[in-house]
Amino acid sequence: MAEILVLVEHDAGDVKKVTLELLTKARDLGEPSAVFIGPGYATAESVLKEYGAAKAYVTDAEDIASYVGGAADVLAQLVQSAQPAAVLTAATPVARETAARAALRTGSGMLTDIVDIEDGFVARQDVFGGATIVRSVVTSGTPFLCVRGNSFEAHAAPAETVREDVTVELTDAVKAAKVVDRVSEVKSGRPELTEASIIVSGGRGMGSGENFTIVEELADALGGAVGASRAATDAGWYPHQLQIGQTGKTVSPQLYVAVGISGAIQHRAGMQTSKTIVAINKDSEAPIFELADFGVVGDLFTVVPALTQEVRTRSPR
Amino acid sequence: MNIVACVKQVPDTWADKKLLPGTMTLDRESADGVMNELDEYAVEEALRIKEAHGGTVTILTMGPSKSTQTVRKALSMGADAALQVTDDALVGSCVMATSRVLAAAIGTLEADLVIFGSETTDAGTGVVPALVAERLGRAQLTLANKVEVDGSTIKVNRLTESGYDLVEAQLPVVVSVVEKTNEPRYPSFKGIMAAKSKPLTTMSLADLAIEADEVGTAGSTTAVREATDRPPRGGGEIVTDSGDGAAKLAEFLHTRKFI
Ligand SMILES: Cc1cc2nc3c(=O)[nH]c(=O)nc-3n(C[C@H](O)[C@H](O)[C@H](O)COP(=O)(O)OP(=O)(O)OC[C@H]3O[C@@H](n4cnc5c(N)ncnc54)[C@H](O)[C@@H]3O)c2cc1C
Ligand SMILES: Nc1ncnc2c1ncn2[C@@H]1O[C@H](COP(=O)(O)O)[C@@H](O)[C@H]1O
Repeated sequence: MAEILVLVEHDAGDVKKVTLELLTKARDLGEPSAVFIGPGYATAESVLKEYGAAKAYVTDAEDIASYVGGAADVLAQLVQSAQPAAVLTAATPVARETAARAALRTGSGMLTDIVDIEDGFVARQDVFGGATIVRSVVTSGTPFLCVRGNSFEAHAAPAETVREDVTVELTDAVKAAKVVDRVSEVKSGRPELTEASIIVSGGRGMGSGENFTIVEELADALGGAVGASRAATDAGWYPHQLQIGQTGKTVSPQLYVAVGISGAIQHRAGMQTSKTIVAINKDSEAPIFELADFGVVGDLFTVVPALTQEVRTRSPR
Repeated sequence: MNIVACVKQVPDTWADKKLLPGTMTLDRESADGVMNELDEYAVEEALRIKEAHGGTVTILTMGPSKSTQTVRKALSMGADAALQVTDDALVGSCVMATSRVLAAAIGTLEADLVIFGSETTDAGTGVVPALVAERLGRAQLTLANKVEVDGSTIKVNRLTESGYDLVEAQLPVVVSVVEKTNEPRYPSFKGIMAAKSKPLTTMSLADLAIEADEVGTAGSTTAVREATDRPPRGGGEIVTDSGDGAAKLAEFLHTRKFI
C-alpha cells in the first residue's frame, strides 16, 4: 500500500489532536508513517500505535529541533528515501514553512488550508477567508498537503508501529538559525484554539481585560477554548496568540460563540466555517447576526453569566 | 546595512475576490489594490533598523504594473529606493515561482537583511519568506514579533504554537514579521512629495535570467481544478433578550447537543 508520511505535531512527545486526525485520514489514503522530530518519542509511541501508524521515523537528536528549518531537512531526506505517495502536515504557520522548504527541495508542490482530501490527493481548500471553496492538486513531485485542525474526526485503529531511527546531516543554511531559548507561554488548561470543538470569543464589547473572566467562565462550563477579536487583543485585553481572524488564527470548531463581537469581514475570515455559530450582541444590526444560527440581542453582561449558569445546571462538569 | 523590505499589492479585503474562469487565477484587475497590511509592518521594521543602525531600505515587489502605487506608498513611508519585477508571464505564479523570482531579485540588491510580512491576505500561504531563505541558503528568522540587531548579530522572537523561540543568527538573514511587531507609520506629506523623486527600477524576467515557462501558470507546481462560492449562511433565529435570552440560547445549545 502507498506510504503516506504524517509529520507529528507534539510538545515534548505530547501528540496534538490534529496529528491523530491526519493519521486517521492517512489510513484511508494508504499506509501511514509517522515522522517524529525532537525529544519525547517514548511518550508519543503509544498514541501513534493506537492511531495506526505502521512505521515511525524518529529523529530525537536534540539539535535537529534547535535549528529553524531542521524539520524540513528531515522531511526532505525522508521523501527522497521513502518515496511516499504524499506528505500530510498540520496547517500551523511553522508546519507550513517546514512543508514548503521540504517541497522545494524535492521538486514538489504544496497546498495549505486544506479541509478535506479526496481520491487522487485532490485537496479541498477554504480560501479568501472561507468565502470560496476550491479543489486543487499538486502537479509536481510529491504532494505536500497542510491540513487544518478539526477537518477529520480521529478514530483509533491500533497497529504495531515499527520504529526506524533516522540520522540527518543538517544543511549549513539551517544551522545558521539557532534556537537559543524556548519560551512556553503560561498554559490555561483549556483546549488549544485550533483544536477546540467549542470556542467562546470576546470582542470590544467586553470593555476590559478583567471582564474576560465572563467569557472564560462560559468557555469552562462548555469545556471550550477562549478566543478574542483583534479589537480586544489590540487593546491588550487578551493575548495576541488567541486572536481569531484574517491576521490571527483560523478556526473551525463545532460551536463558535461570539460575545460582543461585531463580525467584521476580517474576523469572519477566521471563523465563518465553524459548524454552528451563536452570537450575543446588543446591536441587532451587528453583521455577526448574518452568520449566526442563533443570536441573542442583549447585554452580554447579563446574558452571558445567565447562560453560564444554565450550562452549569444542565451539564455539570 | 542594505535592507530589503518585500511588499505585495493585494485586493482590498472588502472587495469581492474572484477567480477568473479558465485560468483559475485571481482577478487582480477588477479589485482595488492596497499594500498587504502585514507588509506595512515589514517596511516599518526596516525603517526602524535603518534609523538605529544606518544603511538603506529598498522596497521589492513582484506584481502587475499597477503595483507601483503600493511601492510609492512604501517609499513615502521613508524607504530609499524600489525594485519592481513585472512580467506578463508571472500571472498565476505559485509560491515556488514567486520565491524564485524574489530570491533572484534580492541577489541583485546585495541585501544583508531581507524583511517580509508573515502572510498575504489574498489567499497567501505565509511560506514565501521561508522559501526565499531556503533558496538563498540564509538563516530563516521568520514569524518574528520582536527583532533586535546588535552589530552583525540578529535575534528574533519566533512565534510558535506554544509560545515563542528565541532565535539567533549572523547577517545576512531573512526575517518575516507578524502583526503587532511595531506600529507602522503613516506617510507624511513631505514623505509623499519626496517619494515622487525616489529611484524606482523595473525588471522583467529576462533581466533576472528566468525563463517564462519556469513561472506563472506554466511553471506552477499546483493547479486549481474547480472553485465554488460557499453558500451564504444565515437564516438563524435571532431573539431579543427580555430576561429569557440566556434560557432560549441554552435551549438551542441543548437541541444541538452541546449541553
Ligand atoms: C488587514 C486587517 C486585518 C484584520 N485582522 C483581524 C483579525 O484577524 N481578527 C479580528 O477580529 N479583526 C481583524 N481586523 C479588525 C476588524 O476589521 C475589526 O475592527 C475587529 O474585528 C472588530 O472587533 P470587535 O468586533 O471586537 O469590535 P467592534 O467592531 O467594535 O464590535 C464590538 C461589538 O460589541 C457590541 N457590544 C458592545 N457592548 C456590548 C454589550 N455590553 N453587550 C453586548 N454587545 C456589546 C457592539 O454592539 C459591537 O457590535 C483586521 C483589520 C484589518 C484592516
Ligand atoms: N509578489 C510578491 N512581491 C513581493 N513580496 C511578496 C510577494 N508575495 C509574497 N511576498 C512577501 O512574502 C510575504 C508572505 O507572503 P505569502 O507567503 O504569499 O503569504 C508577504 O507578506 C510579502 O512580504
